[in-house]
Amino acid sequence: MRSAVKMHAEDIGFSKLNQTKIVTTASELGRNVLEHGNGGRVMIEHIKELDRSGLRMIFQDEGPGIDNVEKALVDGYTSKCGLGLGLSGSKRLMDDFELVSQPNNGTTITVTKWT
Amino acid sequence: MERIPILKFGDILLVTIQVDFHDRIALALQEDLTEKIVNLSAKGVLIDISALEMVDSFMGRVLGNIAKTSRLLDCYAVLVGMQPAIAITITELGVTLTGIHTALTAEAGIDLLNDMIKSKSNGKVHAKRQVAKWR
Ligand SMILES: Nc1ncnc2c1ncn2[C@@H]1O[C@H](COP(=O)(O)OP(=O)(O)O)[C@@H](O)[C@H]1O
Ligand SMILES: [Mg+2]
Repeated sequence: MRSAVKMHAEDIGFSKLNQTKIVTTASELGRNVLEHGNGGRVMIEHIKELDRSGLRMIFQDEGPGIDNVEKALVDGYTSKCGLGLGLSGSKRLMDDFELVSQPNNGTTITVTKWT
Repeated sequence: MERIPILKFGDILLVTIQVDFHDRIALALQEDLTEKIVNLSAKGVLIDISALEMVDSFMGRVLGNIAKTSRLLDCYAVLVGMQPAIAITITELGVTLTGIHTALTAEAGIDLLNDMIKSKSNGKVHAKRQVAKWR
């Protein structure tokens, strides 16, 4: 998954730094899907708009969901024994970050980085 | 299972982390290193991460734990070769790696390790002398 993301980011022409930010985010959110969401899927899209182009990643699972999204987004908050930086850190590393989750109804996180 | 090779060079253990640093390999490395530090009485560990293209919070934690565990076993750990893009990214991610010694190149890392090992053994001698004087 990481190498697929890396390939897309390279193709779209992201700088080395932005490629690193994108791959790191993919690793964090992908790990959350496996660790907290009981597995799911990832979609990678190259988006082209009139005046800009970017990479979008959608992480989707049908796991337990997040009951307190605000709390989950605080630096250092973890319900297991992680570092609690995956969500808050990914939000900082990407340009757009959208989290939709309902208890018992899975989690979908959409992140975008623009070139 | 695939494992990362650990080379011995005098008092120092050398580890070069390969591109595919997956979770299980990372945890196995932590275990292997701890064992080797004790069995070979290593005084320093040099971890080269120049081949890595990213470090996420999990790997950051493993690297931090390796450094902390080494210290408890009377051994110093130095991380070398971090790509600038990774340094910026983990800082923004929030991984602090406090207490980890770093150097830009493997050569500088070995120098740093040797300095730390030497000044520590000097310090010991010094402390003993002081104890003797106080008595
Ligand atoms: N896909 C998910 N499904 C359910 N809960 C999640 C998911 N992703 C994150 N969480 C919750 O948000 C918390 C914070 O996530 P994160 O910042 O990645 O920290 P960590 O993974 O280290 O615990 C997790 O501990 C977990 O409770
Ligand atoms: Mg996480």
